[in-house]
Parts: sequence; C-alpha cells; structure tokens
Amino acid sequence: MSTALLEVEDLHVHFSVGRGRDRQTVRAVDGVSLRLERGQTLGLVGESGCGKTTTGLALLRLVEPTSGRVVFDGTDVRALSKRDLRAWRRRAAMIFQDPYASLDPRLPVGESIGEALDIHGLHQGKQARRDRIGHLLERCGLHPRVADRYPHEFSGGQRQRIGIARALACEPDFIVCDEPIAALDVSIQAQVMNLLNELQQDLGLAYLFIAHDLAAVQHVCDRIAVMYLGRIVEEAERLDLYREPQHPYTQALLSAIPIPDPVRERERERIRLEGDVPSPIDPPSGCRFRTRCRAVFDTCERIDPALQEVTDDHRAACLLHGEVGTPVTS
Amino acid sequence: MSSAPGPTPDHDVGEDAEVVLSVRDLDVSFGTKRGRASVVRGIDYDLHRGETLAIVGESGSGKSVSTLALTKLIPIPPGRVTGTAHLGATDLIALSEEELVRVRGQRIGFVFQDPMTSLNPVHTIGRQLTEGMRHHLGLSEADARDRAVELLAKVGIPSPARRLDDYPHQFSGGMRQRVVIAIGLSCDPEVLIADEATTALDVTTQAQIIDLIAELQADLGMAVVWITHDLGVVAGIADRVLVMYAGEVVEQAEAVTLFARPRHPYTVGLLASLPVLGDTERGDLAAIPGLPPAPTSLPPGCGFHPRCSFRSDERCATERPPLREVAPGHLVRSFYEVPEEQSRRASAAARIEIEPPDVRDEGVA
Repeated sequence: MSTALLEVEDLHVHFSVGRGRDRQTVRAVDGVSLRLERGQTLGLVGESGCGKTTTGLALLRLVEPTSGRVVFDGTDVRALSKRDLRAWRRRAAMIFQDPYASLDPRLPVGESIGEALDIHGLHQGKQARRDRIGHLLERCGLHPRVADRYPHEFSGGQRQRIGIARALACEPDFIVCDEPIAALDVSIQAQVMNLLNELQQDLGLAYLFIAHDLAAVQHVCDRIAVMYLGRIVEEAERLDLYREPQHPYTQALLSAIPIPDPVRERERERIRLEGDVPSPIDPPSGCRFRTRCRAVFDTCERIDPALQEVTDDHRAACLLHGEVGTPVTS
Repeated sequence: MSSAPGPTPDHDVGEDAEVVLSVRDLDVSFGTKRGRASVVRGIDYDLHRGETLAIVGESGSGKSVSTLALTKLIPIPPGRVTGTAHLGATDLIALSEEELVRVRGQRIGFVFQDPMTSLNPVHTIGRQLTEGMRHHLGLSEADARDRAVELLAKVGIPSPARRLDDYPHQFSGGMRQRVVIAIGLSCDPEVLIADEATTALDVTTQAQIIDLIAELQADLGMAVVWITHDLGVVAGIADRVLVMYAGEVVEQAEAVTLFARPRHPYTVGLLASLPVLGDTERGDLAAIPGLPPAPTSLPPGCGFHPRCSFRSDERCATERPPLREVAPGHLVRSFYEVPEEQSRRASAAARIEIEPPDVRDEGVA
C-alpha cells in the first residue's frame, strides 16, 4: 500500500483578511492528511465553508498551501518550480461545479479544450489537433461537430461534459471533481456520474470527489473523508462509514440526509445540530466540533483530537475513542 | 377529484379538510422571439387546510412558474395566465394588480430559494419584517416591532429583540432563511409557498428549516406548497405530490403511494436514477437519456416520449395523453403505466440494503 498516487500530510491553507490591527487569519484548511490510491475515488464531504474546495485547489497548487506535504506519484508537488509545476499539471486536472463559469463564453468550446493541448504541446498539426478535440468530445458523449459552438448553446449537463472533455485533454491520472453534479438537474446527474464512472474504468483515473451530497458520494467513491472546519474528522471505506459512523459529526450529517422513501424518512430519528459552524478565524479550542456536539464532555476543550484508527481501516478524530491528541496550551 | 381514502398521512389533513386553494386549468405562456412558449399547460389541484403539497420537477418543468403565476409574480406581458385559482371564494387570476397586492404576503406567504436575494441588503431585517404587517394588518410601528420580535423568536433566532436592527449580511445563511420564513409568516397567511426554500442550504441547516416549517404548520394550520427538485425532501414532508414535466402534471398521488408505486415512466425513471444512501450497488445508475424539451419546442403528443425508455410508439408521438385516475387519488398522464414489479424495483425502499444507522443512543455507536 506504499504506492499511493497521492499522499497529503498535514496540509494547511491560511488566508489573511483585514489589514493593520484588524489583520486576522482564516484557517481554511488546518491540518489535512489524505491518501488516494491509483484508479480509486476518494470522496471529500462537509458543509459549505469547511474547506473542502480549498483543499482540492491546494492539491493542484491553484492556491498555495501555507504548509504541509503533497506527494503525487513520488513527486513533492510543493517543491516544484513554476516551470516544473506547469508540466506536472498535465497529470492532474480539475472539474468545477459550474461549467458555465469555467468555460470562456467568447471561445468555441473546442478551443477551450484545444488550449490545454497547445499549452502542453500535445498535438502535431492542425488536423491532429482537430481530431483529438473531436475524439475527446465524443468520449464524453457529444458529437465532434459541436466543437465550433459556444458555451451558451449548451445545456448544463452538456457543458459539464465539455468541462470533463477539457479535463481529459492532457490524459491526466488524477482529477479533482469539485461538486461536479450539484448544479445539474436530477435526471442529468446520473448521466454525468455514469460518464465519470465509465472514464475511470477505461482510463484508470483517480478522483477526488468533493461534494455535499452524501448519497452521490457513497455511490461513486471507494473511500470517504468527512471534513469539518478545516480538518478531516473521519475517514473510512464508503459503506463502513455509513454503517458505523464513529464521529458525532458524521452521525449528525448522515442523519440529516433525506432518504427518498417516505416510510423510512418519517420513522427515522434525526440528530438535530443546533446553531451554525463556528468561524474558521477563531475555531473552538480543543475539538472544533465540541460547540455543536451532543456527546461533548469536559476534556473536549482541552485536547485537540488526532485522527486515529478506531476500527480496522477506519479513522476518526474524537476523544470518545481515547484521549489521543494535542493538549491545548492557553 | 377523488374521494376514496388513500394511505393515511401522519396528521389529520387531506380529503376531509377544507379546500383553501383550488387551481383549475392553469395555463402560463410567454411571448418570445421564437413564438409562444407554453410553460405551464393546464394544471389542476386542490390544496387542503394544513396540507403539504409538493410540486416536483426539473428546471424548466414549470413548477415555480405555476405558483408564481397565481399572484402574477411574473411579468405580464410577455407572460399570459389563464384558468382559475380560487383562494377561498376569490379567483386570483381575475384580480387586478391593486387587489393582488392585498393577497401577496397577506393571504399567501412566500419563501424563496436564496435568502440573500430575497432580503434587501440595505434595510434592517426589522424594517423588512414590519413592512408587511404595517401595510396589510395596519399595525402601528411599535406593535409591528413587538410582533416582529415574537416572530423571530418563533423561527428560532436567538436574542430576537437585539437582532431586529441588524442587516441581512450579519446573519448566516440558515439564519437568513429563518428571517425570510418569519417574513413569509408575518401576516398569518392561509397558504405558504416554499419555492426551493432549502436548496441553497447545507443538509444540517436544511433539516432545521424543514422541522421549523413543519412545526409552524402544525401550530398555525396553514397549507404549504413545497416546490423542489429534491425527492428526499419530498419524502420527508409531503402529504401529496405533483410531478411536473414539460409544463404538465404527469403524475399525482399521496406521497407514500408515489414513492412505493410510481406509475409514470418519468417518475419511475427519476426514482431509479437517484443514488440512495444505503444502496450498496456501485454500477451505473439508471439514467434517463436525453434532455428535457425547451418550452418553445415541445414535442407533439406526450411531452416525455422522446426520452421514454419504457414504451414510445406512434400514439405517444402524436396524441397528448390525458391525466387518468388509475387508482383512487392517483393520477397519471401516460398511455402506458409502468407495471408493478418494475416500478417497485425503482423505488428507493427496494434498493436500500443498509438501514440508516440508529442514532438514538447518545455518543458513539
């Protein structure tokens, strides 16, 4: 298991806001460790503002990490020079939530895909470039002819297919999918999920699948990591996480997801999370979830729990599983 | 429409309760450069006191427009609304703009998707809350403020008296939506229309808002029309469901019946394509092929036939199917019904292999 495609250790991304005396630090990602095997999908779930998108961007250095290690197939990504980084980015691509915002409205979609080929010098001659663009579109379920059309001429689902075709242009090993289906209609979501699945089978791609829809995540992912306020609080195999959630936050999150079956949905007990997620500028001391946790006890504010293995291949950061972590120094 | 008893909802509403809103043959269309776009094509429903009716559909299905049009919250022209919509004895469609002003916000309350755009960022929430009460109920400023504090407390805003002079940006997304709900309820409406009211919220906040609306509904006895694309939410809240596609109601039934035994190929397809928590399968989802039609170029015949993988023949392509009552209270607009076995297989209930974890114990499982 030492040949993980991607290994992330203690990743931090901090942003400064305000100036002078009002200067504060937003700890968007605050000590995230992840591991992704070749050809597999890791789900990253959590509420808005938990840092999941920033984590995805930081892995590709689309925002610069503040500290931590990102090792991709033996390469230390943070140590790459600007030039080497550009070459490395061939191997890692990204798909965004809103393909309308991520495609240039003034550029025919074929050109948006072609740009990636040009930057990395991946085609020989005009005809070869055209063929390659057509092939990529076809691979994503669109007719090669649509290369000359503009983004506004497509539906949301078709635009997401174009976004996927562009991500595939450089034959990456790894794609960060940031909420790739959240903006799509229900009947189109399944089409896009099936396409991602098919491409993974055929091309051996690894995905980091960032989403808030746990039902979709459970369907497409091998493993799932749950994020809260800049930290991973639990990580496990997809069904294991659902069967035996170990962290009170995961339990609450799972119980809040509506199940499309009125009988179960009405009988079910829910854990009601009160209040809002605290600010990442001033997270609670010790365990960050303690202010909303129903199982909180006095140690929770004094020890910052470490992500530790609680059952076989299932990790959680909660003091109920043993008081392992960093004592808070005041 | 129907009078035979269906599955009993979990509270006392439905067929026996008084009808508060009765919509008949509602048509909404817009004049466009490419001709008239029929966005809503003849929908009928009755909404009973205390009932929650869910209108489900994808974008462009006409689900939002069908309720916005009731109080002419769409631009007219280019919009055109025909049919009737009786709120009590009043036909809303026949009302003038001045008369509608007295209905909107007073007899019908609204909660929209995005609280940031439905609140005015330059006014305090106190002002936005009291505006309707002063106008519709004729309250003095002091009385309206007192009631505003009560309302904010009711929707679960901590220290409401202090928050009254805050601006929308000083609230979190969930709290803002609570404010919008308080505004929607401020004049004791008979009907509350919640249009994708929880779509922009996180699931944990969504659960809070759903519980809140259900509690308020039980307290106040209002009827709720809940418009959403999220079938999970519908399963939790709805007494009855209308499924819309291409401007038409394609299926209508009690929620429990609709999820257990959907009959229209579109409803079956939609349920089958959903990933469901607790379903251990990892293979392809049963996606519905193709795209919903644009309202300017609706297919002749059945609106769904170009995407229908169940059955699509000459008749489907030429003749518009009527809405038929196939079982008491269960209406389907299709020449062909999906047979029982296939329809049950599509339901989430049949696909769940792992039950939701039991959360009644405090702490860790």
